[in-house]
This record gives sequence, C-alpha cells and structure tokens, in this order.
Amino acid sequence: MSTETESLLRVRGLTKHFPVREGFRARGAVRAVDGLDFDVRPGETLGLVGESGCGKTTTGRMLVRLLEPTSGTIEFAGRDITHARRGALRPLRQDLQIIFQDPYASLNPRHTVGRIVAMPLQVNGINPPGGIRKRVQELLELVGLNPEHYNRYPHEFSGGQRQRIGIARALALRPKLIVADEPVSALDVSIQAQVINLLRDLQRDLDLAFVFIAHDLAVVRHFCHRVAVMYLGKIVEIGDRDDIYQRPQHPYTRALLSAIPDVTALGPAGRIRLTGDVPTPLNPPSGCRFRTRCWKAQERCATEEPALVPRDGGAQLAACHYPENGPIGVVTSEPVEVSQ
Amino acid sequence: MGRSETVPSGEPDRPEVPEQRTGEGPYLQVRDLRVRFDTEDGVVKAVDGVSFAVERGRTLGIVGESGSGKSVTSLAVLGLHNAKRATITGEISVGGRQLIGLPEEEVRRLRGRDMAMIFQDPLSALHPYYTVGKQIAEAYRVHHPRAGKREARTRAVDMLGRVGIPQPAKRFDQYPHEFSGGMRQRAMIAMALVNDPDLLIADEPTTALDVTVQAQILDLLSDLQDEFRSAIILITHDLGVVSQVADDVLVMYGGRAVEHGSVEQVLRRPQHPYTWGLLSSVPSLHGDADADLVPIKGNPPSLINLPSGCAFHPRCRYADRNGDRSRTEVPELRAAGEAGHLVACHLPAEERTRLYQQDIAQVGVAR
Repeated sequence: MSTETESLLRVRGLTKHFPVREGFRARGAVRAVDGLDFDVRPGETLGLVGESGCGKTTTGRMLVRLLEPTSGTIEFAGRDITHARRGALRPLRQDLQIIFQDPYASLNPRHTVGRIVAMPLQVNGINPPGGIRKRVQELLELVGLNPEHYNRYPHEFSGGQRQRIGIARALALRPKLIVADEPVSALDVSIQAQVINLLRDLQRDLDLAFVFIAHDLAVVRHFCHRVAVMYLGKIVEIGDRDDIYQRPQHPYTRALLSAIPDVTALGPAGRIRLTGDVPTPLNPPSGCRFRTRCWKAQERCATEEPALVPRDGGAQLAACHYPENGPIGVVTSEPVEVSQ
Repeated sequence: MGRSETVPSGEPDRPEVPEQRTGEGPYLQVRDLRVRFDTEDGVVKAVDGVSFAVERGRTLGIVGESGSGKSVTSLAVLGLHNAKRATITGEISVGGRQLIGLPEEEVRRLRGRDMAMIFQDPLSALHPYYTVGKQIAEAYRVHHPRAGKREARTRAVDMLGRVGIPQPAKRFDQYPHEFSGGMRQRAMIAMALVNDPDLLIADEPTTALDVTVQAQILDLLSDLQDEFRSAIILITHDLGVVSQVADDVLVMYGGRAVEHGSVEQVLRRPQHPYTWGLLSSVPSLHGDADADLVPIKGNPPSLINLPSGCAFHPRCRYADRNGDRSRTEVPELRAAGEAGHLVACHLPAEERTRLYQQDIAQVGVAR
C-alpha cells in the first residue's frame, strides 16, 4: 500500500447501502459497496474491474460525490471530502472529473459542442487567458477533434467523437484525477483503440491520475498501472498490473482472466468454468462472498471472512483463505489450465 | 437439401462460395444477397452482394462493426424484413428451399421450426407479461398444433433443464424479470431450440453478459450444437468470441464481404487490411501492455454515402499503393491463395503477404 503522504485519493471503509422497502417497511439493504480501502497516487491509473453488480460504478459515483456514501471516508489531496457540501465541493470539482460510459446520453443534444465544453469553465467562473472560446478550441484539438467544429451539435458526431467531447469537457478544468466509467465499452472495436490511445497520451502528457472503471480486463491491462478486482461490493484483489495479470492470487481473478475469449487462442480454451451467477447483494453469502462459485471453497470460507492482506509482504493484496501462488500461463497461446 | 449446388469457381459474374468440406451440402446457402432500403435520404444498400454457406454442425462467425450489414443479413435469412420497406434480391436456400419470393405464411412456418434466432437483449425479446415457460411452450405449440398443453409444458421444462437452468419445473412458472441476465439468455436459447431447428442465428448473444456468464453461454451453445447438429451463424463484433466458437469467418464492411475463410485462415493468416486493423486494435491479454494499440483511423462509413471504389479506402493505410484503383473500382471477392480463403482487396497477393509480415505480424497481436 502506498504511503499516506503521497496519495492523491485515499479511500477507507467506503460503503454504500441502498435501502429496499416493501411498502413502508424497510426490507433490508442492497449492499452495493461494502467497505473499500484503496489509494491512488498522483499520475497513477487504478483500474476497477468486476462483473455487473460488483459495485464498481457505485464506487466511481461516490468518488466524484454524485452519490452520498453510507459510511467510510474519501480523502482527496489530504482533505476529507466524504460529506463536503456543494459550496465546499466547487473548488474540488476542478481537480476531480468524470467521463461517462454512454457518449449519447451524457451530452446535451441541444447545446453546441463549444457550449458543452465551455460549461465547466463558466460554472466555475473561470476566464482563461485568451478567452473561453480559445481554451475550448485548444481542448478540442487536444482530444483530436477539429476546433472548427465548435458550433456543431452532438448528433453531428460519431460515437467515438462524442466520447472525445466528453473527454474534452472533463479536461476543461485541468483536473488532477479523472474517474472514467466504462469510457470505451459503447464504442466499435476500431474506435475503442483510438480512444484508449488518446487517454493514454493525455495521461502521460498531463500527468493525470485515473480511476478507470471497466469490465474488460484486456482494456484495463493496456491502460492501468494498478488493478483492483471487485466482487459483490468488495475488493477481492488489488495490486500492480503485472502481478494481477501474471500471478493472480484470488481464484476469482483467475476465473475472470480465463473467461476472456482471447483472439490469440483458437478454439475453446481450457477455461475455469464458474457455475451460476453472481449472488444478490441484498443477501450476500456469509464469510467469503465468492465461496458459492469457488471451486476451492472449504468450511472455513463460509464462516470466516477473509481479510484483504498481502501474502508475502508485497504490494499485492488478496482476500482469500487459500490463495493461488503459481504464475498464470499468459505468455503462451496455450489454453489456460485450471490450476488446482 | 441444397446439395450439389456448388458454383463453378472462377465464374466471373458470380461471387465465389467457399468449398464445402464434407460430402453433405450446406444447410444454408446464401448467394449474392442484396438488401436495400428506400429512405428519405436516399437508397441504403445495407447488404450488397454477400454469399456464404453454412453446413450442419458448423458455425459461421459474421464479424463487423456497426453498420457493416451483419444484422441485416441475418434478418434477411429469417425473412424478418418488412417487404414494403426492404428490397431483397439474391438467393437464400434453407434446407434446399428457396426463401426469397416464398409467401409470408410459408416463411413463418419455417421460422421457429427450421430456423430460429437468439437476440442480443433477452429482456426485450421475452414478453414481460407471460411466464418464461408459457412463452417456450407457446413456441412449441405453434409448430406442433396437435400437441396438448401438458405435452408442451413437459417439452418446455425439458428444454429449460437442457440449457442448464436449475429447478426447471419451478422456473417454468416465473416471469422474465425473475431471471438473471445469464438465465434469461439461457431461457431464450431454450425457446430457440424447442423445435429442434436446423439453423440457429445468434446475434451478439453474449454482448450484454458478463465474461464469466459469456463463457458459460458459449460453452452451452457448442454443447448444444454437438447434440443437435444445427448450423449456427454467430454475429458478433468480438473477435475473441469468434476465435473460440467459429469454424468459418466472414468479415463484413460497408455491406459487403471483405474476407471469408476458415477461422484459422482469417485470424491467423488474415489477408484484408481491415481484418488486420481489427486484429491489431483489439487489446489483448498477451504481448506488451505498454505498447500503443494500432487503431484503424477514421470511422465506419455511412451506408447512405459509401466511399467510392473500395469502401475501406479512406481508412486503409495502403490505399495509395494502387493508384486510383481503390477509389474507382470495387474489389471483387477473390481466392486469396489457400483453398476456401477469399479476400476483396486490390493489393497483389505477394504485396499483401509482405505488408502483413512487415507491419502487422510484428505487432504481436495477430500471430
């Protein structure tokens, strides 16, 4: 774990429970996010991966304060922002931005691109040197759009270009951290690569930190320095990219990696077959939440919740009683064997 | 059966069809399929001369980006286009029967019994008001008018069990919203297979699903194929999915086939620059994670206003190597060297091989 002084974002015990009511009576809560701890250093990209319902989007929305956490703390640049009020949040919004998944739904169709990208500047009362228009055109150029298209409307752009507009808007205030929620999953394959390359260039050139939320582990591998794998509201494994992809310790991480159909391997690979679906977060399994689908589960897994701890004092943490330790066979195109 | 209908290869005015690999003729044979829509903005040539064949027990993967015509092709095979809006020409032969020009009533009888479809989004394809079991039983009774309610129910419960739904008898009486995403997709597969169709068309069947569930569904499809020996068309944008389940691959771009061959040929020894572009733009779990991806420049074309000549030329790195040809002349789908491997590209074969070795194979994604 990174030392506290150098963390740009520090999250401790972050929790979000959505109450479920039946009529007027409370019937429990969906434990969407259940106690997350992680850090993001300046200029670092952290990937948050997992299947639907694992709480990754809820986490992203809490980070930018679009959702109110149930408990836990979020510290940004040394300040506790967990319950900061609107007014106190405003200066913070400049440093903390979000890019949404759906480039069709996240842009106002009745505003010109110029107005959309200028909005964060106007809202925050910023008048950049040379005027707002000049700054907006610089931003459009930065994300690879024609600055002449300042006066066009979102419908005149393709999906990939719209996502670039969303990125330009997020960059308008020169943020330090961007939360990107599935920024490429709605795009065509050939366009996805364009946008990933753009985000990588921006990250390097502007030294941006990212929390990159995605279900696609191959995309995350090409973008993130560190990766956190989530399952049912908890982080089950977190570590440096190469550790996670080459020496995953948590069985779920292994299963997730082996389930990805890889174009370099022809024919059905010897994948780890997980049975069943993700259980409901309304009533998650006792002990280890993954145990109902885990092929290694023992009695202990049902009674005792595994802590997210390093195995050998390293930077890779896994929440498992019986972690894996061998390398995953990722360097060859051979099918990945189920390791027992 | 549509056997012995092979087109003599090399006949100039007819596109070639890949050779068949077994003695049995293909169950589905599509020749020179064209689908046009008249719109206010002009004629949309959604599919413009596509030919392919699928045998029983084999899977054809149709790959393309949005607007490539892959879904329109499959809807035409199922006869699901509105005859008033779409103009369809060419030949579609299913189990030896010519589909184009067949009365609507007869196509309907074929659909669901001899050929069935699995859609991308099971939540919108299942009716929310009826129980899942009732919908599957209904699909059975439509094609088995003499079957009683009890028989249909038994059959539906049996199908639910076969696609891996636990407690099928109990699940029969539940509504679609009570099913998870993966279970819904299984229920839809059960509905599609209830009449033992010989041809199954799956349009992005796993796109809306999580990877672990996707793996389950792909396994299920191939197990069921072994059992029923159906011919499967799998439409997808995901080359990884294709590499796992398809036997043959058809790559579409701008309503036309640009490359066609076995999965080995198309993914291991690709010949078309568009296929190269797709392969090198997909992020992979192998190779150098810090290397930049190599995207295809520009955007997929609009079908109303297709680029002249080779539709891919504005995005092709090698378009200039043919002088004006790529702008003026539409490339025909021709033999690419190996038997059954077809490609529509003006580049000479030796040049393509050299460029592939030099520019693409090095990247390490497409090995």
